[in-house]
Amino acid sequence: MSQTLLRTPLHDRHVELGARMVPFAGWEMPVQYEGVIQEHRAVRTDAGVFDVSHMGEVMVEGPQATALLQSLLSNDLERIAPGEAQYTLLTNERGGIIDDLIAYRLGDCRYLLIVNASNRDTDFRWMKEREIRGSDVTDVSDEYALLAVQGPRAIERLGLQPAKAFTFAEETVDGVEVMVNRTGYTGEDGCELLCMSEDAVALFDAVLARGVAPCGLGARDTLRLEACYPLHGNDIGPDTDPISAALGWTCALGKEFTGVEVVRRVKEDGPARKLVPFVMEEKAVPRQHMAIGGGGEVTSGTHSPMLDVGIGMGYVPATMAGVGTELKIDVRGKTRTARVVKRPIYEREG
Amino acid sequence: MAAAESYPDDLRYHEEHDWARIDGDEAVLGITWFAADALGELVHFEAPATGATVTKDASYGEVESVKAVSDLIAPLSGEVLEVNQKVVDAPETVNEDPYGEGWLIRIRLSDASEVDALLDVSAYKNVLAES
Repeated sequence: MSQTLLRTPLHDRHVELGARMVPFAGWEMPVQYEGVIQEHRAVRTDAGVFDVSHMGEVMVEGPQATALLQSLLSNDLERIAPGEAQYTLLTNERGGIIDDLIAYRLGDCRYLLIVNASNRDTDFRWMKEREIRGSDVTDVSDEYALLAVQGPRAIERLGLQPAKAFTFAEETVDGVEVMVNRTGYTGEDGCELLCMSEDAVALFDAVLARGVAPCGLGARDTLRLEACYPLHGNDIGPDTDPISAALGWTCALGKEFTGVEVVRRVKEDGPARKLVPFVMEEKAVPRQHMAIGGGGEVTSGTHSPMLDVGIGMGYVPATMAGVGTELKIDVRGKTRTARVVKRPIYEREG
Repeated sequence: MAAAESYPDDLRYHEEHDWARIDGDEAVLGITWFAADALGELVHFEAPATGATVTKDASYGEVESVKAVSDLIAPLSGEVLEVNQKVVDAPETVNEDPYGEGWLIRIRLSDASEVDALLDVSAYKNVLAES
């Protein structure tokens, strides 16, 4: 089975560092090195590095690149200039979310899309089939490696200057040419470093030498959940619309994109159910697929290393979505109380 | 800090990675280093009530890490005399000291002959070698 799993350029480094490797979205990835909680705290207090080279990169270019992406993605690319990035959704005809991604505007007519590993092929095929004259969609995932360096000291440890969130620039880190993206999935300051695959080991070693702790996918999940970032496949998917998922802010409803009429209708009518973050009021760890009393379901759940309580997200009827609402969660047959909180569950200081 | 791998000679083991320290008609139960390491740092111990009955080879509670939940399998049958409150309050104690401070419950045995069916340390190490 392990032979069928894909490996990032850093696979051998992870093994040498003692990582526990697990299958994830067809890849063999490190879930932890020393421990999820320790790695989580490193990112909240100092800096951690995640190998996210399994994520996909799709290049879209040509004189009609903007027109193509404006018709496929929910957010409005006219709002960003070259050097800026935007969180956006690839939607289907039902207004469902094929993927959530970040679009980096490299030039007026050139974009790099960084997409979820599990959706790389689906996204690429979807966009390739819809190419218009004057646009070219290419899957360039194999050419690049991606390291997320996150935490309050991440930028300082890399020797970089502070910059605005959702901007990017070409820079050099210890002799390695990288695209430094001021984006992330942890709720902390930091960046994501895109480099050529053949430079990945040198870059990773340089980042570790700068005192950044290696972190696995386990901590990546607990960090994103504390920050209330949805995970595609858990909290959002082809059958969930952006409005119910509290992602209406990513939808430019004044323009035309796939499924926009459905999204507009949900917005006008009000969603029947909403994705809400919650915190347990009793000792228990909520998990995906647990039932929430009144007709809801947990879509992500874990133990918050920072708050030391169970936390999660789930869909509940809109009437139960207000902050402060008490939820009853079925934890393997036992009813446990939680409360709806405002986003994010954990907010960084300062 | 997680403890180093060890399996004390004076304990009896169950193949579901539980241990028992027998003391007359009582026993203290816990999970082995292997189980604690496989789960990762524990964040929750769903303990049985004092006075509850536990049954050999059946679940008497759960332990959870950030990523996973595991049933606790009773190596012996009996009545729960005491739950380790320290582990309820600080579940990571199990990772730090699985055979000492990280014990889980103390029971009064209902059938002392069940002890004979448990594994000694060398037999348990064979289970680990085959897994």
